[in-house]
Amino acid sequence: MTAAITLDHVSAGYNGALVLHDIILSIEPGECVAIMGRSGAGKSTLLNTIYRRYTDSAALIPQASALVGNLSVFHNVFMGCLDRHSTLYNLRTLVWPPAAEIAAVTQVLEAVGLEEKLFARAGELSGGQQQRTSVARAILNGRPVLVGDEPVSALDRVQAGEVLRILSARHETKIFALHDIRLALEHSDRIVLIEGGRIVLDEPCGQLSYQRLLPYFEGELQ
Amino acid sequence: MKRPGILPALTYRSATLIFLLVAFAAIPFADLGVSALHPGAEFGRLVGGILSPAFAAIEVRSVIWTVAFAVLGVALGGTAGLVLALVFDRFRTVRLVAASLRSVHELFWALFLMQITGLSATTGILAIALPYTGIFAKVFAEFFEEADRSAENVLPRDTSALSRFAFARLPVVGQQIKTYSLYRLECGMRSTLVLGFVGLPTIGFHLESYFKEGHYAEAAALLLCFYVLIGTRRLWARAATVPFLVIGSLLVLPETTGNSSTWRNLARFFGHDIIPAPLRNSSLRDGHTWSNFGEWAWRITAHQIGPGTVQTLILAQIALVAAGVLALLLYPMVARRFLGRFGHYLGRATLVITRSTPEYMLAYLLLQLMGPSMLPAIIALSLHNGAIIGYLLGRQADQLPLRADAPTGANLYFYGTTPVLYGQFLAYLLYRWELILRESAIFGILGLKTLGYYVDAAISELRIDTAALLLIGVALLSMCVDALSRNLRRRLRIETLPVRLSAEHRSNAARAAPYAGAPQAQQPVV
Repeated sequence: MTAAITLDHVSAGYNGALVLHDIILSIEPGECVAIMGRSGAGKSTLLNTIYRRYTDSAALIPQASALVGNLSVFHNVFMGCLDRHSTLYNLRTLVWPPAAEIAAVTQVLEAVGLEEKLFARAGELSGGQQQRTSVARAILNGRPVLVGDEPVSALDRVQAGEVLRILSARHETKIFALHDIRLALEHSDRIVLIEGGRIVLDEPCGQLSYQRLLPYFEGELQ
Repeated sequence: MKRPGILPALTYRSATLIFLLVAFAAIPFADLGVSALHPGAEFGRLVGGILSPAFAAIEVRSVIWTVAFAVLGVALGGTAGLVLALVFDRFRTVRLVAASLRSVHELFWALFLMQITGLSATTGILAIALPYTGIFAKVFAEFFEEADRSAENVLPRDTSALSRFAFARLPVVGQQIKTYSLYRLECGMRSTLVLGFVGLPTIGFHLESYFKEGHYAEAAALLLCFYVLIGTRRLWARAATVPFLVIGSLLVLPETTGNSSTWRNLARFFGHDIIPAPLRNSSLRDGHTWSNFGEWAWRITAHQIGPGTVQTLILAQIALVAAGVLALLLYPMVARRFLGRFGHYLGRATLVITRSTPEYMLAYLLLQLMGPSMLPAIIALSLHNGAIIGYLLGRQADQLPLRADAPTGANLYFYGTTPVLYGQFLAYLLYRWELILRESAIFGILGLKTLGYYVDAAISELRIDTAALLLIGVALLSMCVDALSRNLRRRLRIETLPVRLSAEHRSNAARAAPYAGAPQAQQPVV
């Protein structure tokens, strides 16, 4: 068995407070898993724990888009592959981007529909555009495991579905935190539900329905 | 849980009272007399001179050299400071070096450097660059520490340190670094002007002789020129003009005379001059040598550092309180809420001119007018610092959200703005404390018996070893005051309030360019 992700009785937290309790989770290569739960349930902590343990094989789309506002969209996306080039090449790209890199970044931006913003300052973009820049950066990063913390929260449902489809096509294994039940059912193979830092449900989407998941989100807008 | 302690809890009120008491206790020990025979008549001639500036007398070269020394000194200090800032939190040594560099005043650096590089451009530039390196290192390190790290955290793990820095760190704080460095150029120009008073060929050199001879019209013209340069700084000192300024400055530097002896001087300075006299040419294994050294160090400590420290503190504490009182009195002058549209512009102009006036120069001038005593120094320090703090407070008073039926005039001052701004006021004042102390030590060069007096005397007698020990005393004193100030700010819970003068420039920049990226948190310090 060579699982892409294995968490074996993992607990985690910060500032001395435990957020995750005794998590057992195994994700196979090629799987697309949606992590769900109310806000504060521990989704972000779980994803960050996974990313920290698998930095070598994982690309991250953080919850806040985490862009450098003073740099262009091109440079922000290019940051996804800084480790593939020499420092000298990276510095050169900062000042005078080579045509090959522009082409590569443009291609990724086309996938998320942001190619016309190639050289716009990231700080000037709308929230949705910033999120798509962050997605493009993860695609260019190209590592087999994608860890996305609410990667489409700032997009409408049509755009969100489109972006999730693209991410699925580009990365082998996907782990998304999502809050939209329909989106999760439609775009993932398996749903893991967290409540109070513990996994309370872990089933393939085929066996789940909107009605069955809804009670877990009582009081939250769906 | 309340922490039991011997000291009563520190409040705004008790902190204020303590500082007031210390200052009043110091007054009987301070010489506050006016010994000039006709100060009024001399003052009248000064005003007459200011009203009829003699522009023909302007020494253009001294103005150019003032700018050139400042540009190169700040550029060098900024670059070195940036490099140090990168490793600031990793190496204790770096923090220590930065703290030592900035705890010694530009003028002291100049007096020391002159022993090696003479009255040359090198001396002028290094005298600015060395202390500024320490300041820049600390401030830039704070920028990096407070910067948004989220983009850096997402970078692929094997990204090289330099790529990491160039893509995810420098662009995040680039704007802040730029604004702060350009603001520092203004301070650098004040510093280079003052370097002229110890003989370097900047504006101060001519001002000194004009003041001494009572040529106020010529001095006024030269000063006016300086104010115009400071006032238009944002027009000519921009990111785009920096390369031209640096290259231009290099081209116009005065020719060095006697440069050939620099290496010999350097060898003599470190091989002989700075080594404590009892240790020169004697065996370090001999116990006698060390007892001589102990006696030497004790003599200087008891007869120079001790009394110098007392006088420095007396001057600094009185000036600090006077500056605080002045700031509270002056701040309504720059607030639209108090003086209205035109009044507050006039007030702003007055305070900007006052704070652009180098306090050393002001002290020199007042000493000429009033005769030697501590009074001119107190007036100079309190005017300069009072104007700086008053200006910042006034700007903040205008930004306070007030209810629609808020009182106006004196009622607003006593019941509204002053109580609200008081914590901020204390934060500014505690921050300026160390700077006032450094400046108080320096005023010894003008003849007051503060620490600078002994340093100056030792250097002019070529007792460099004594001067070095005195400087260590100055540095330790200013580090102690810095530590105490930080401790008080923490205990008063005002350590997060902004006290950096350039913060105001930054908010101006943000207003002019609303797209300027992520919301900027107000930065503490400097």
